[in-house]
Amino acid sequence: MKKRTLKVFSLVLVLVMALGLLASCANDDNSDVNEITIGILAPLTGGAAYFGESVRNGLMLYIDEFNARGGLQINPILRDEEGNMTIAVTMYNYLVDQNVTAIIGSVTSDPTRAIVPLAFEDNMPMITASATHAGVTVHPDTGQVFTNMFRSCFIDPFQGTKMADFAFEELGARTAAVLYSNEIAYSIGLMEAFIHRAETLGLEIVHIERHADHAVDFVGQLTNIAAHNPDVLFVPGYNYHVALIGPQSVTAGLTDTVLLGADGWAGSLERMEHDPSSIEGSFFMTGFTHESTEQHVLDFISRFEAEYGIPPNMFAAQAYDAAMILIAAIERTLAATDYEPDSEAFRLALIDQMSATDIQGVTGRITFDEFNNPQKTAFIIHIVDGVERFWGTF
Amino acid sequence: MKEFRISMPMRYIINSLLLVAFIVAGHLITQSGLLGRAHNANIVSVGIFIILAVSLNLSTGYLGQLPLGHAGFMAIGAYAGAIFWRSGLLPSTASVPAGLLVAGLAAAVVGVIIGIPALRLKGDYLAIITLGFGEIIRVIINNLDSVTGGAGGLHGIPRHSNFLIVYLCVIICCIAIHMLMKSRHGRAILSIRENEIAAESCGINTTYYKVMAFAFSAFFAGIAGALFAGNIGLLVPGEFDFMTSINILMIVVLGGMGSMAGSVIAASILTSLPLFMAALNEYRMIIYALMLIIVMLFKPSGLLGTYDFSLSRLLEKLIRRRIAAKSKVKEGEA
Repeated sequence: MKKRTLKVFSLVLVLVMALGLLASCANDDNSDVNEITIGILAPLTGGAAYFGESVRNGLMLYIDEFNARGGLQINPILRDEEGNMTIAVTMYNYLVDQNVTAIIGSVTSDPTRAIVPLAFEDNMPMITASATHAGVTVHPDTGQVFTNMFRSCFIDPFQGTKMADFAFEELGARTAAVLYSNEIAYSIGLMEAFIHRAETLGLEIVHIERHADHAVDFVGQLTNIAAHNPDVLFVPGYNYHVALIGPQSVTAGLTDTVLLGADGWAGSLERMEHDPSSIEGSFFMTGFTHESTEQHVLDFISRFEAEYGIPPNMFAAQAYDAAMILIAAIERTLAATDYEPDSEAFRLALIDQMSATDIQGVTGRITFDEFNNPQKTAFIIHIVDGVERFWGTF
Repeated sequence: MKEFRISMPMRYIINSLLLVAFIVAGHLITQSGLLGRAHNANIVSVGIFIILAVSLNLSTGYLGQLPLGHAGFMAIGAYAGAIFWRSGLLPSTASVPAGLLVAGLAAAVVGVIIGIPALRLKGDYLAIITLGFGEIIRVIINNLDSVTGGAGGLHGIPRHSNFLIVYLCVIICCIAIHMLMKSRHGRAILSIRENEIAAESCGINTTYYKVMAFAFSAFFAGIAGALFAGNIGLLVPGEFDFMTSINILMIVVLGGMGSMAGSVIAASILTSLPLFMAALNEYRMIIYALMLIIVMLFKPSGLLGTYDFSLSRLLEKLIRRRIAAKSKVKEGEA
């Protein structure tokens, strides 16, 4: 009996010692000045996993390419937040415990908005590739800017404003209607900005209708809109809405009206493969297009396809740029200061370097405005003969 | 031989001392930052889910009904508490408990309003109608833009859910439900679960007790909702959809319907999984599913069944064993 206890005890001791060895290894790695640890938050399971995986692919492609160049090594710690605000907060705190220098994330707006106030208090440099809600970088009530938070994607109001400009100036529209979902913050943000801009332009909003997120029947709303026969109909929804609204708009008699959308439309044609005729002639805005003439963008597309077997979507491209912005800023901070990479002073210097970003990414040239939102070109896509055609920048 | 028993006052003293020790120790440990921020954050969300599970266990495990709208009550409490705190009606020290009370009462009132028509039904019919009510609450919140912020969410809620506040609520919730179940009213609630017709024929006003249990359950769900709001600082209606109700129900079923200790254990395990199994990446989801399947296959009544933990009972058992062993030794000597 006693012998066995002794055996168990010695085994436990050996294990503890072995673990101690591992722990000391990890410590050695962290103190290495040639390596910087960053955190990545993304939903890899749950309803937003599609976006999370696209973003992760784009980020990892850039980080792998960067590390392959030698010199400074970036060590990413990836954590799944499941698209859930509670888990996002826990995982954010986990990354802080790991003493990361900066965080890329999160992917959708709600979890990102849940962690931004915490990150602001911690002076944690953060960049998101896809959280488009205006409140991600600016406190909606006080107007205070979260100076530590950046993004490489458009914000919701920007897209609504741009599409109103596009309808008025390029399409010569004088009357417009809007069909939006009041259950989706993205849709509301675009709708409000579109209407606001339309008022200043003199583009008359003849009718506004709304729908539920998972609605399947839009004929009622579309018939009401058809009665006003607007020049354009702005649909700030997602591709699963477009796939239903398109055919039903024909049923409702909206044949002369041009449909307009934003980056939520990406992937609509894949959903309407059998008959895309109902959205023929529509325009939508996106942050990334495959029909680029620039060599570095084409290179990015081929490298991405070689790595993952699928062409990059907008989220992957914006994530690639987000990683580029952050790592370039880290390099500049390392060159300019001699702070420890996990110190508060380094983080503050990094935030300053990030706001001074001026970089040529795969989604265009990116600089940040005073609200840490990117100033970059919008790509307009025209649906012609059932395929997406790059109409031009706007 | 007379069986050894710990007297009631002694039991109360032991239990309250242990609770005070738990709260003080927990508060000191979380404040000291010994565990790291991730575990502190996790402990707070575990506490919130314990309240949700224990309160749902009242209407599922003890009352024997199957309501699927728990997230709806949580939403009512979350928004009521958040709006109260944002309004700044009271100074900060009084504001926290007052906001929690407002949240609980708002949810309880809605619980009574929904409970009266819904509890006329049983089983799957009740499940469907409560599911419907839960969704109605979410849609109303979505459309009351001016009050709740709509889909854009309610932001800037003071984040004061720390270990102390959350676990005081956990303890109050557990004690209140425990005391309810040990009272005359609790026996009536249990009798409804066992056989509603028999209970009614014994003169128990089943509608009254069903609505009462339902309102109690909603009250604590409301408090949990307010703690949730105070933990995240941001509320969006999508957070309180039908899947949240299912997740809470899953905790109760896994822990054992009718076992408060089971709810506490299952809530702790399931809420902590994302943090503790993060290194397993996507395989985590397989383990999670397998765990549920295995428990349901080999222990369909849940981890603890209807067993409830009692510290005094455990102590009595240990002391009795000690006495028995001593008397045996004496016999041997003789």
